[in-house]
Amino acid sequence: MVKKPLKTTGNREIINFFQEMLTIRRFEEKAGQLYGMGHIGGFCHLYIGQEAIVVGLESIAIEGDQRVTSYRDHGHMIACGMSPKRIMAELTGRGSGYSKGKGGSMHMFSREKNFFGGHGIVAAQVPIAAGLAFSNKYRENNNIAFGYFGDGAANQGQIYETFNMASLWVLPIVFVIENNQYAMGTSLERASSSPALYTRGQAFNIPGEAVDGMNVLAVKEAGERAEKHCRSGKGPYILEMNTYRYRGHSMSDPAKYRTRDEVNKIKAERDPIDNLRSYLISNNISTDSELKDIDKQIKDAISDAADFAISSDIPDDNELWTDIYS
Amino acid sequence: MIRDLLMPSLSPTMEEGKLTKWLVQEGDAISSGDIIAEIETDKAVMELEAPEDGFLSKILVPEGSEAVKVNGKIAEISSETTEHQKDSRTSSKAKEQVETNVDKFEIPSTKLDTITVRESIRDAIKEEMSRDDEVFLIGEEVGEYEGAYKISQGLLNTFGPRRVIDTPITEHGFTGLAIGAAFSGLRPIVEYMTFNFAMQAMDQIVNSAAKTLYMSGGQISCPIVFRGPNGAASRVAAQHSQDFSAFYSSIPGLKVIQPFTASDAKGLLKSAIRDNNPVIFLENEILYGKKFEREASEEVIPIGKAKIFLEGTDLTLISFGIGMTYAIEAAELLSKEGISTEIIDLRTIRPLDKNTIISSVKKTNRCITIEEGFPICSVGNNITALIMEEAFDYLDAPVINCTGKDVPMPYAENLEKLALVNTQEVVERAKEIIYR
Repeated sequence: MVKKPLKTTGNREIINFFQEMLTIRRFEEKAGQLYGMGHIGGFCHLYIGQEAIVVGLESIAIEGDQRVTSYRDHGHMIACGMSPKRIMAELTGRGSGYSKGKGGSMHMFSREKNFFGGHGIVAAQVPIAAGLAFSNKYRENNNIAFGYFGDGAANQGQIYETFNMASLWVLPIVFVIENNQYAMGTSLERASSSPALYTRGQAFNIPGEAVDGMNVLAVKEAGERAEKHCRSGKGPYILEMNTYRYRGHSMSDPAKYRTRDEVNKIKAERDPIDNLRSYLISNNISTDSELKDIDKQIKDAISDAADFAISSDIPDDNELWTDIYS
Repeated sequence: MIRDLLMPSLSPTMEEGKLTKWLVQEGDAISSGDIIAEIETDKAVMELEAPEDGFLSKILVPEGSEAVKVNGKIAEISSETTEHQKDSRTSSKAKEQVETNVDKFEIPSTKLDTITVRESIRDAIKEEMSRDDEVFLIGEEVGEYEGAYKISQGLLNTFGPRRVIDTPITEHGFTGLAIGAAFSGLRPIVEYMTFNFAMQAMDQIVNSAAKTLYMSGGQISCPIVFRGPNGAASRVAAQHSQDFSAFYSSIPGLKVIQPFTASDAKGLLKSAIRDNNPVIFLENEILYGKKFEREASEEVIPIGKAKIFLEGTDLTLISFGIGMTYAIEAAELLSKEGISTEIIDLRTIRPLDKNTIISSVKKTNRCITIEEGFPICSVGNNITALIMEEAFDYLDAPVINCTGKDVPMPYAENLEKLALVNTQEVVERAKEIIYR
């Protein structure tokens, strides 16, 4: 169930959260369809189920803050304000995509929005996130970096190299562990000697907390604590977001390592969007018909994005040889 | 009984050092383990311990002497003291003796304007850090220790800990961190204590630094320099002796430099720091202490331009970095037999200066490449393919690749020599293809 909103979270903002989470969900559903139709190739990792995390945390980011994540990156890009049309066009490998069709689902960036990827190598984005935080400290600005990674990445050695340096050098970084319970097909229990991932910073004196990552208001509240800690010069902070991905690891994953019942139970009880819808209606913040209108507008916009992505030109052959050196 | 005290070897590549200070005087009693002198090596100032109990009966090399050869006599230790020895401290005879000994050591001429590769690299870093606040140095022991190989000596003092950053032993982590900083527009210089340790960071160098510009459709550049000693030093065996030129040169998105002369090291490092792309800058421990004449070339040397080191007509030798020492020795030996050799110092391995190579081969019609790296998929292999494609009709003989041997580097002195490329091999192969 959704908690009471924070004083800082107004009704309008909660409706915006609903809209943003739903935008990500509709985008991902469409991406899944386009993949099935052959418009999207390669690997495609959907974010469905995890929407509350990026929407909640982006609500506390300020101009100049940086974010970087893994290959499950569509939601992060939409949440930080990148264009769904150009993201979808990248998925379909078109010249109008964010990477001119050269990056694909896993490798997308936006200098303008300070989104630094989109990384295909599990955990490699985490030291990079610390480097972005390092640059904030070096330049003595007030910005912080958000470094997102999953429960699978949490067992990579470079995470702990990064924890050590981030704490040693008091870097302004929020480590966001998106614990969706499965590292591809391996459950947290089968891969982690200590499943309480938020405690993994203890050896480095990094505070951490476990958060209900399927409750956007809880995410925002915890995010504000982390943000305050980092922005006030106290160094890194860990947020373990407990969440769940509804789809397989990638489009080609049949997800036989878990039961359909398990997935359906989570969808029925913890869905971040359904729960927020109920909350909005039962607290008279919005109405069923208003929320349906929002959904309709989102579906139309995503449909436009898909049309744009399919009708855009493929990259010029000459693009093969550009952007290798600057 | 008198025993000789010899100049010790205090690092794998040390051939000579400076006797900076005697901490005892002639006639003083010494006990085994006493610190009796300070010796400056390539890497650091080291303390010399007395090897046995006795008296320091005679100092043969006065303090302040430079270029004292390893294993040369520096003092005598006597098992008992004598009145004569005590008196000798002030005797004119002793002073004379000392001066005579000083003359025996070759003190480098100060007439030539020479500089070591080490100083050149340091100067390049210092000048670029002074020029641009966004440039910083990060790595193990670069700050308070002043560099494992003294490259960064004095830099912490000049620029402070904000810009000269000591890291934990965390190659994978600090490489990724530096790349993140470069993505945000800073210009990190990442020092690896040796490039062997950068293997731990290979994923970040190749997958993050080299490819992100392309993967981002040109949005995110990575202005970063990865530098440190590369290749074999001396007797440090398989895990510490490897030339990574070919490795990194196969990766689109990277630039790869391996300088030979001091001026090239400086000019190319300055270019590398100013470049907006990731640059692998391969140095060499043996070359660090080597003195070169300052070249009157421009301050900043462009990346991607080879240098005709020696002009000739019969044969082209192509090399880079320490490989140039074999090329130069071979050219000298060949010239005695009337063979005129052209030497190309590649300086940059990626992007390769194809024009200089092809023009030279069209002139000499013969080519040998020389490198210390492994033979399979070597830099020489790539150059051979290039020549086959673009100058086949000009060749009078097959192109020869002289490389390190296809074995991990052994430790034993004789085996290490056998594993490395050598001058004799180059000379022999040259004669084969010149049919003499």
